Amino acid sequence: MQARFSVDSGDFTKAGSASSAIKRMLKQLGVKPAVVKRVVVALFEAEVNVIAHSYGGFIQCDISPEKVNLLVQDTGPGIPDLDLAMTEGWSTATDAVREMGYGAGMGLPNMKKNADSLQISTAAGKHTEIRMSFSLKEGEDGVS
Amino acid sequence: MKINQIVEAVKGKVACCQENLDKEVRFGFASDLMSDVLTLRDDDILLITGLSNIQAIRTAELSDISVVLLVRNKTASKEMVDMAREAGIVLITTEYSMFRTSGILYEKGLPPIY
Repeated sequence: MQARFSVDSGDFTKAGSASSAIKRMLKQLGVKPAVVKRVVVALFEAEVNVIAHSYGGFIQCDISPEKVNLLVQDTGPGIPDLDLAMTEGWSTATDAVREMGYGAGMGLPNMKKNADSLQISTAAGKHTEIRMSFSLKEGEDGVS
Repeated sequence: MKINQIVEAVKGKVACCQENLDKEVRFGFASDLMSDVLTLRDDDILLITGLSNIQAIRTAELSDISVVLLVRNKTASKEMVDMAREAGIVLITTEYSMFRTSGILYEKGLPPIY
């Protein structure tokens, strides 16, 4: 099962709408609430990042009986120093983003905490691609 | 602590989902920063916030938070109420500050997360 959502740059009125739709899908499929929460929180962080920091992009969600795979890809401008961006509290968010309640520099570290695996491909001037995976197998509740 | 006890303690007004006032919350968390709210792992949390916009409600929905208490006499917009209703989130407003609200609820036995 696959679902795809476009995410517009700067449009905070719709922030979380894709994450909310995927949450409903996972609940309808009977995924455990604790796993749903990890998927949705990590995805929401990524969705807010696309809105706040990129030129726009999309979210693709693939659900199989074994796992949930998320692909979040934007059209730039890329992250110049990924190690710095993974540091809790480090942020380039504007005042407008902070007024919305976001931009505390917790997004990427929180994705890492919630996902079973996280891969980020980015560079200054390029697009950013985030791949996250979550196991749905019984007994595997692994939080990295 | 039951939600209706919270409403009574802070002299609150219920803006949405009156039918859920009999439910309970286990913890209280006060923040205007939704980035911090998204780091919480526990369930059955009361979110106390002065952030009166739809992001507060959306963050609550995605974090499985079932009660949002708006402090500092903030009003809930129609968009906030509509989103809260759809998600089944009880939305309460109070004239009290965040500090006073938190103090009252802590004193009455609502524990913090940390």
